Amino acid sequence: MIRVILPQHLRTLAGVDGEVTLCVEGSVTQRSILDALEARYPMLRGTIRDHVTQRRRPLVRFFACREDVTHDSPDAPLPEAIASGAEPFFIVGAIAGG
Amino acid sequence: MTAVRVLVGTRKGAFILTADGERKNWTVSGPFFAGWEVYHVKGSPADPDRIYASQTSSWFGQIIQRSNDGGRTWETPGSSPEDLVDAATGMPKGESNKFVYDTSENGRPLTTHQWYDGTQHPWEFKRVWHLEPSPDDPDVCYAGVEDAALFRTTDGGRTWHELPALRGHESGPSWQPGAGGMCLHTILLDRSDPERIFVAISAAGAFRSEDGGKSWQPINRGLKSQYIPDPEAEVGHCVHRIAMHPSRPNVLFMQKHWDVMRSDDGGSTWYEVSGNLPTDFGFPIEVHAHEPDTIYVVPIKNDSEHFPPEGKLRVYRSRTGGNEWEPLTKGLPQKDCYVNVLRDAMAVDSLDPCGVYFGTTGGQVYVSPDGGDSWAPIVRDLPAVLSVEVQTIP
Repeated sequence: MIRVILPQHLRTLAGVDGEVTLCVEGSVTQRSILDALEARYPMLRGTIRDHVTQRRRPLVRFFACREDVTHDSPDAPLPEAIASGAEPFFIVGAIAGG
Repeated sequence: MTAVRVLVGTRKGAFILTADGERKNWTVSGPFFAGWEVYHVKGSPADPDRIYASQTSSWFGQIIQRSNDGGRTWETPGSSPEDLVDAATGMPKGESNKFVYDTSENGRPLTTHQWYDGTQHPWEFKRVWHLEPSPDDPDVCYAGVEDAALFRTTDGGRTWHELPALRGHESGPSWQPGAGGMCLHTILLDRSDPERIFVAISAAGAFRSEDGGKSWQPINRGLKSQYIPDPEAEVGHCVHRIAMHPSRPNVLFMQKHWDVMRSDDGGSTWYEVSGNLPTDFGFPIEVHAHEPDTIYVVPIKNDSEHFPPEGKLRVYRSRTGGNEWEPLTKGLPQKDCYVNVLRDAMAVDSLDPCGVYFGTTGGQVYVSPDGGDSWAPIVRDLPAVLSVEVQTIP
C-alpha cells in the first residue's frame, strides 16, 4: 500500500483524517499515485494538477524520502521506500502568503 | 415564520447569518470552507435550500460547493466515486470544478486576449467570481469567471460548459485585465425574457445577449472613461457592477470605476446620474426590492484610496433613480473608518420594509431593516468580506 499525506485543505475536501492509503498498479510514480488518489477521491481532481494539461499546480510540491521530487518526471519511479509503504509520499502546499 | 438568510463570502471562508423577519437577533454559522477564499455564495430563487458557493485558492484552484439543505451541509456536486464512474474508462470524472475554455466556436480566435504589455496572452482560468442561479430551475446556474468568460451548468453543478460566443465576440482579443484581473463579475438574468442576459467584465465593459448567450453585443454607449485612450470606446470600460429591478428589466443602474450611470433602454445607451454624490467612485450598486427607483451606492474616495471619504462610512440612497442622493449614516461609523465595500458585497431582502445589507473589507456585515434609514452590525470581525447575498425564507 502506498501512503500519501495530503495538505490540510485537501484532507478536509476529501473528508479524510491522517494518511491516505492507496493501491497502485504497476510502477509507483507521481502520476500513478495521483491517478489512484483521484480515482478514490474525485473531488481532488483539478486541485493538485490541471484537469486538462495534467501539469502540477504551481504552488503544490511533492516530497519523498526527505527529497523534493517536485521537478522530477511524473513518470519517474519513486524510491522503493515509497513503493513499499515504508515512507509516505507528501503532497504539500507551498509556504506562501499571509 | 418569515426569516432571512445572509450568505457571506470572505477571504477565509463562508458564513451564514440568519434571523427572523425582525432582523434584530442574529445567529452566525461558519466558517464553511475555512481558510479558502469564497468569492460568492448564492441561493436558487427556485429552491432556497439549493445554494451554490465558489471556493477558491491560489494553491488548489477552484472548487464548486453545493448545498441542498439551506447551507447546513455541503458537497462538491456529484463527486462520490459511485456517482461519477465513467462507463467507458472506469475512472471518476470529477468535473464539478472543471472550467475549460471552449476553443471551437466557428473557428473564431478564442485563444488569446490582450495582456498588460500589449501582447496577446492565452486565456487562463483562475477562479469563479460570481454564481447566478436560474430563477426557474435549481439545477441551472451561470458562473462568471476570471479570465473573463461565462459558464453554465444544467446539472446542478456537476459539469460546467462555456457559452463561448461572449469571449468569441470580435472585441475579445482587445479585452485587457484591470488591476484586479480580468473577471466577469456581474450576471443579470431577465425574468421576463429567459433569452436575455446581461454581463459585465472588468475591464471590457457590459454586454447583452438576446438569444440565451448565443450572441452578444457590447452595451457601453454613453460611458466615458478618461483612463482609456478613447474615453468613449465600444469596449474597455471598467464597469464595477450593474443592478436591475426584476419588474423593470430595461432600466439598469451601473457603478463604473468612476461615475454612476443609468440606462432606460436595456443598456443600449447610458447617462450619468452621479448627481450630488461626494465621489462617484465605488463598487456595489443595488436596487430596493419594492421601489424600482430607489438605489444604493457606497461612495469610495478614489481609485488610489479605496476607503470612504473623510473616514465616514456612508451609504447613499437615491429615491429618484439617480442624481439626487442622500447620505445614510445612522448606525454606521462616522470617523476613522477606512474599509472598502466590494462589488458583490451588497444585497437586499424582499421583506417589507426592505432590508439592505453590505459587508466590508474590515469584516463587518451591516443590516438596515428599514430600507437604509438605520444600520446595525450583524458581525464585526469576520475576515474581509467578498460577497453578500440574502435569501428571504417564507
